[in-house]
Amino acid sequence: MLTARTERIAVRGPHDIVNVRQVVRGWCLAVGMGLVDLTKMVTAASEIARNTLEYGGGGALTIEELRDGVRQGVRLIFEDQGPGIPDIDRAMTDGYTSGTGMGLGLGGTKRLVDQFDIASTPGQGTRVAITKWKAR
Amino acid sequence: MPATPSRRLPRVLDERFDEILAAWTKEQTNGAKPGTASEGDIRARCSELLSAMRKALASSGADDVQGPAWAPVRDVLQRVSFIRAQQGFTPSETATFVLSLKRPLFEALRASAGNDAEALATDVWGATEVLDRLALFTAEVYMKTREELIARQSQDMLELSTPVVKLWEGVLALPMIGTLDSSRTQVVMESLLQRIVETGADVAILDITGVPTVDTLTAQHLIKTVTAARLMGAECIISGIRPQIAQTIVHLGVDLGDIVTKATLADAFKLALSRTGTTLVRSRNGANPTGSLTTTPR
Repeated sequence: MLTARTERIAVRGPHDIVNVRQVVRGWCLAVGMGLVDLTKMVTAASEIARNTLEYGGGGALTIEELRDGVRQGVRLIFEDQGPGIPDIDRAMTDGYTSGTGMGLGLGGTKRLVDQFDIASTPGQGTRVAITKWKAR
Repeated sequence: MPATPSRRLPRVLDERFDEILAAWTKEQTNGAKPGTASEGDIRARCSELLSAMRKALASSGADDVQGPAWAPVRDVLQRVSFIRAQQGFTPSETATFVLSLKRPLFEALRASAGNDAEALATDVWGATEVLDRLALFTAEVYMKTREELIARQSQDMLELSTPVVKLWEGVLALPMIGTLDSSRTQVVMESLLQRIVETGADVAILDITGVPTVDTLTAQHLIKTVTAARLMGAECIISGIRPQIAQTIVHLGVDLGDIVTKATLADAFKLALSRTGTTLVRSRNGANPTGSLTTTPR
């Protein structure tokens, strides 16, 4: 697997979430993703970006364009230095939230993308990587 | 005994005014963005600022740039920054207006100091301090102008994007456009509830055709709006859910519960009419080809 290009953008305030959605939309269009997949990826980006901001206290997003043979895709890596998630299994459960949201963000995002990786160390931060391949 | 720097700077500015002005104007025109200001404009502004500086220096010295004697100088700078901020100059380009005076001014000081290196160093330091402070002031005004511009624009967006329209007696529609982040949704919700009270509407249609992304927060806002409207006695219909949004909502696992949804605003309107006891009949004789509406008592 090959990373064709990358970009890093900050997730520091509510306006950055809007920016994340727009930038991710551009990257998905660039690899020629269909409208449904594009919408799913943009929505997933919106969810995780909001988590990064609200629970992680802000962080950064690294966007990668992936090439795997003839396959093309986009990977988003969200990183924050926030308090971390003590119980990831519980956080992934639909309906559970430690805040005021619907508790569907993480679980829902996993269903929207092709690959979902989450790693968190309490007290050090959280890293969420999501990948979506262009349907052939 | 050399003159103290605060005395010599005004004197040099006085004696070599035309020379400094010419050199400065030239420096400005060389680095100017094409099509933003004519040479005459630049010259006029440089001349205005230099004259104001000359007066301020003569009356109060260089120490008190924030003081009342320097007010005319600050006025000129404020105007320059304001215009440049609106013309899309960068902050550096705006501050350069003042900073580009350094070279002509230092050259004039050097010519006047002759061989007295120590006096020259003191003079240059004094002049640098004044110009730096003025440049910082310019940058501050620039930032303030931009911030005001941005604040006004986002205020405009808030107002523009949330019109509640009356489609029929007892039927309201809210065509939502753009991002539904929390502050906007708050405005949307308030204006909708307000109009429900004012019009006594039975049905409100929330049209999300213009909302590009529906994530869990947006969905939560929608559900809350519908619930609040319901508590006020109005039934809500959500319309304009495009196929890709529908699939995304399903994958996210958002349950819209018993909220009535329709694909298009037209469908939602038809349903709303029947809810309010209005039926739509197509005219037979062709005199009114678009159809006519009759209200039947409930």
